[in-house]
Amino acid sequence: MDWGWIGRNLELIGTRTLEHLALAAPPIVIGFLISIPLGYWASRTRVLRSILLTTGNILYTIPSIALLVLVPVALNLPILDPRNVVVALTIYSIALMLRVATDAFASVPADVRASAVAVGYSGVQRFFAVELPLAGPVLLAGVRVVSVSTVSLVTIGAVIGIESLGSFFTNAFQVSFPTEAYVALVLVLVIAAGFDVILSTLGRVLMPWRPRAVAPKPIWLRRTANGGA
Amino acid sequence: MIFGQAIAWIFTGANWVTGPVALQRLLETLVTTGWSLLFIILIAFPLGVFIGHTGRGRTVAIFASNIARAVPTLGLLSLLVLLMGIGLVPVVIVLVVLGIPPLLAGVYAGVESVDRQTIDASRAVGMTELQIVGRVELPLALPLILGGLRATVLQVVATAVVASYFQSNGLGYLVTQGLASTDYVKMLAGAILIVALVLVLDGILAVVQRLVVPRGVSRGRADPAGSPRTGSRRSAGRTRMPVLQEGMQS
Amino acid sequence: MKKFHRAALGAIATAAVVGLTLAGCASSNSLSGGGSGGGKAESITVGSANFPENVALAYVYGGALKAAGADVSYKVNIGARSAYFAALTKGEIDLVPEYAGSILSYLDKSANAKSGDAVKSALDSALPSTLVAGTFSEAADSDSLNVTADYAKANNLTSIADLANVSGSVIVAANPEFETRPDGIPGLKSVYGLTNLTFQAINDSGGPATAKALQDGTVQVADIYSTTPSITEDKFVTLTDPKNLFASQQVVPIGTKKKLTAKLLDVLNKVSAKLTTKDLLAFNGRIGGSEKADPQTVANDWLKANGFTK
Repeated sequence: MDWGWIGRNLELIGTRTLEHLALAAPPIVIGFLISIPLGYWASRTRVLRSILLTTGNILYTIPSIALLVLVPVALNLPILDPRNVVVALTIYSIALMLRVATDAFASVPADVRASAVAVGYSGVQRFFAVELPLAGPVLLAGVRVVSVSTVSLVTIGAVIGIESLGSFFTNAFQVSFPTEAYVALVLVLVIAAGFDVILSTLGRVLMPWRPRAVAPKPIWLRRTANGGA
Repeated sequence: MIFGQAIAWIFTGANWVTGPVALQRLLETLVTTGWSLLFIILIAFPLGVFIGHTGRGRTVAIFASNIARAVPTLGLLSLLVLLMGIGLVPVVIVLVVLGIPPLLAGVYAGVESVDRQTIDASRAVGMTELQIVGRVELPLALPLILGGLRATVLQVVATAVVASYFQSNGLGYLVTQGLASTDYVKMLAGAILIVALVLVLDGILAVVQRLVVPRGVSRGRADPAGSPRTGSRRSAGRTRMPVLQEGMQS
Repeated sequence: MKKFHRAALGAIATAAVVGLTLAGCASSNSLSGGGSGGGKAESITVGSANFPENVALAYVYGGALKAAGADVSYKVNIGARSAYFAALTKGEIDLVPEYAGSILSYLDKSANAKSGDAVKSALDSALPSTLVAGTFSEAADSDSLNVTADYAKANNLTSIADLANVSGSVIVAANPEFETRPDGIPGLKSVYGLTNLTFQAINDSGGPATAKALQDGTVQVADIYSTTPSITEDKFVTLTDPKNLFASQQVVPIGTKKKLTAKLLDVLNKVSAKLTTKDLLAFNGRIGGSEKADPQTVANDWLKANGFTK
């Protein structure tokens, strides 16, 4: 482990980190925004639901390296454009998020929705005032998974020359220099943790009614069926 | 158009036995997947049962799973290959590390979600802890366990592609070599084969799930009105592909 | 949580998310903006293959152009030749440091020019009309097949042709594209008649993992570029190439005619004139040796030492 290397290359490390952030943030946000309406419609319509979910499943199975190259080839875009990484990661983001969004909106109790209609909410009002907030916690859990996954996947871009922290991995392999790889690994984890903190903070702020999960008591302390004392 | 070319490539017999030797690649993938799954099951299954049954270590498990999900495959692999040289070992280690979380989550979620009243009843009847685990919790947890297994298989096969970036191994090598020689047809063909393999394996596991899970369990699970301690609303009777359930791409 | 604190935290978190997204979109735009070459006639994007020496050469040529007043951006580590040369012909990059014999046989599989001048004229006619090649440097780096000293002695190997006499499996390690490249495995089969070879891809362009695999005996033969220090450090034996499968690979910059004005081309040729094979060895020594220097640093040092920058 060559600590001196870190000191000598702070600027390079900083640049790669910024590039990584720039590539990771848009897919998470855009994927989330696109999945909300799509998931909502999927939760309402059986046919659309099976189509979208099957498509999502298959898209998610496509190997990342292949998707990175085949998206620009299919769309006739320049391959070396970093935006290809953003597009490919957005596709994964949507594929993951769609299932969550569908389940989230499907889990809104039918009677609550009926009450909202009875009270007089219009469709749009009902969506924003009732269904979206109720689906919120599940959506949040989903976007946190997507966030972690996206931050990790950005590194694959290094395989076609799109620089990010992943470039440290390929370079470490080329010159046999584990230090680079360790540093980049730690930074990727830090970024993933950072995004997670931002998202959960946003969640706590926007949804203050969310019940906090209580860890269940271990089995020998439990006296009755449901964990009461 | 390129899709058509890729399909034609797949159906060209020569590609399976000479040149890229897709048959050998497929076998390599199956061998690598097999070894990885073996170790994943050996590690994640007992651990998951322990966590689900006793309720201890859940936070640590979740924390470790999140970290494992965040670790970039390329990064971990480059480190291991640097330290160990090329070969099957670093690849299997990476696949095991990244494949444990989905199965672990499935196992402990499954065991945890067994109705406490049922477990209390078994204890009242006189079963030992081990008997409770084997005869009550595991059968009832089967749907979620199998769901976790399916997510793990998806994870392992998909991740194995990245693992072939540094050395030739498995169907992923078709993608890697296609990339290196800018042969998009080969790349797409490799990607299609991988997707097909995942769908086939998942289909097999779906059939296994339907055969193995006792009918009473799947019927009883269709309405999760019982008292799942975790508060998670996973309906256990479903057989569709668990993409999100701890699922992660490479 | 107090209402004020909640609002403040919410504002910060939302600002963070929005800010990152905007920064992301903005940076992606600027990252790709450099790729299309920009609007100015003198903005040049220099690309490179995915091995350190070529990255360093990209920064050498690019740095010299920058010192001469051009607006230079970089897209290094693109991949193998088929990837970066396609980018060059499509105009995604404007300049790439190449190796004469390899690029000639890539463009014209039937070419068999051997000597410098013949190769130069063959290259000039083989290049697409939008591209132009500079003068050849004397610095050269070619593919070379290497074996361990013990293996050479045990099997009496001096040239590539001797591999035909080896019994048992002969595993050759190289980058994945070597398996299908005309001068890779197919070339070894057709030119030297070697049919006893199996291929193991190691994607580090003859780097440390390949050297380790060679020493461990995991593979018997490895394609290690001739300017890699490990050949002498690990006492590998380079098999001679009497039939010139891997022709001499002098460094030559190739770029788009539109961007390479006469002035810029002259700068490139001046760099080529000063570049030597020893320089390439030195680059690799600094990048791959204990210093683990960054290719751009190594390039900048060379430019300074040779008078292209202050």
